Amino acid sequence: MKYWKIIYNGIVPGNPVFVLLLGMCATLGTTSTALNGLMMGLATAAVLICSNGVVSAIKDFVPDKVRIPAYIVVIASFVTVLQLLINAYMPGLNATLGIFIPLIVVNCILLGRAEAFAGKHGVVESLCDGLGCGVGFTLALTLLGSVRELLGTGSLFGISIYPEDYGMLLFVLAPGAFIALGYLIAIVNKIRKA
Amino acid sequence: MKKLASTLPNMILSLGTVTVVAGAILGGVYAVTKEPIARQDAERQVQAIRQVAPEFNNDPTAESREIKLADGITCTVYPAMKDGRLNGAAVETSSNNGFAGEITVMAGFNADGSVRDYRVLKQAETPGLGSKMEMWFRDPAGARSVIGKNPETTPFYVTKDKEQHGAIDGITAATISSRAFLESMRDAYQAYKQFQEKK
Repeated sequence: MKYWKIIYNGIVPGNPVFVLLLGMCATLGTTSTALNGLMMGLATAAVLICSNGVVSAIKDFVPDKVRIPAYIVVIASFVTVLQLLINAYMPGLNATLGIFIPLIVVNCILLGRAEAFAGKHGVVESLCDGLGCGVGFTLALTLLGSVRELLGTGSLFGISIYPEDYGMLLFVLAPGAFIALGYLIAIVNKIRKA
Repeated sequence: MKKLASTLPNMILSLGTVTVVAGAILGGVYAVTKEPIARQDAERQVQAIRQVAPEFNNDPTAESREIKLADGITCTVYPAMKDGRLNGAAVETSSNNGFAGEITVMAGFNADGSVRDYRVLKQAETPGLGSKMEMWFRDPAGARSVIGKNPETTPFYVTKDKEQHGAIDGITAATISSRAFLESMRDAYQAYKQFQEKK
């Protein structure tokens, strides 16, 4: 029950994108289509779960003053290992996900969760937190990607909904990302307060 | 367990251990995945040659030749020989004039020099705009497609470039990416022509 609550907290009340406003760089940059958003979310979630687990396991061994570099090394290692493995054994996934993986390391959700949660809680709780935030991040990115893809190119997950010529190019570009994100945050806030 | 105090020896020890362990893991994974990654890359290349080049029964990779163009770009020509006769070729080339980094293209030519097919091997153009080049330049709509066209008779420039009498529709809102792509196709054609002449 306790674990379920931690997972749920990452998805709705403490959603990394809509509530904590973490990882904006990756969020805005990669969500030009729903599929890109989904892929980036899943890749980040995988690293987040691993890094949360390890950070929580080594937290007592790392003195406070050097915890940030230590956590960064852990996160960067996981990202690199993931990248090498996908490169070597999953060529299909590499084609769609390849360009997003190095971007994960600069995502402040990872360090944010390591600092705010994994550094203070046990391993199992931290894994749950990683899972919850990962799922929350994935959902948020997919939602933002869907909105931008639908308004920008008239399709959803590559399936054409209306002719592309009527799409607003703005939403594929960076300004559209800010506008769409702003409105989504407003809507999510309204729903959360209701 | 109590948290380690932030004394200098403790900090050196713990940070040192973390980095050494991380380094060891990375080195190990790199060593294990090095060969499969190289194999995947080679496979991707052979696959691209097979997809774009006309029918062949030689080994294009073994017979490949690098050709340096006048503008300093080096292209790799993979000849497609059928029973000893040149049936066309796949040409790998790259351009640094894209919107975001290098664009690598594998272009396939028929014996007469017309474009048979192409594959974009590497690009980091804006997702949803320039990244559409893999599909866009084979789309029969308007004058988008380069397939079947000969760079000798069709100016491989975007229609926006009036001075060059451009005859290919560029990607909407991604003219820079389109120009870089067409530049690669022109380079590939030049390399193919030089290859034919030297033969």
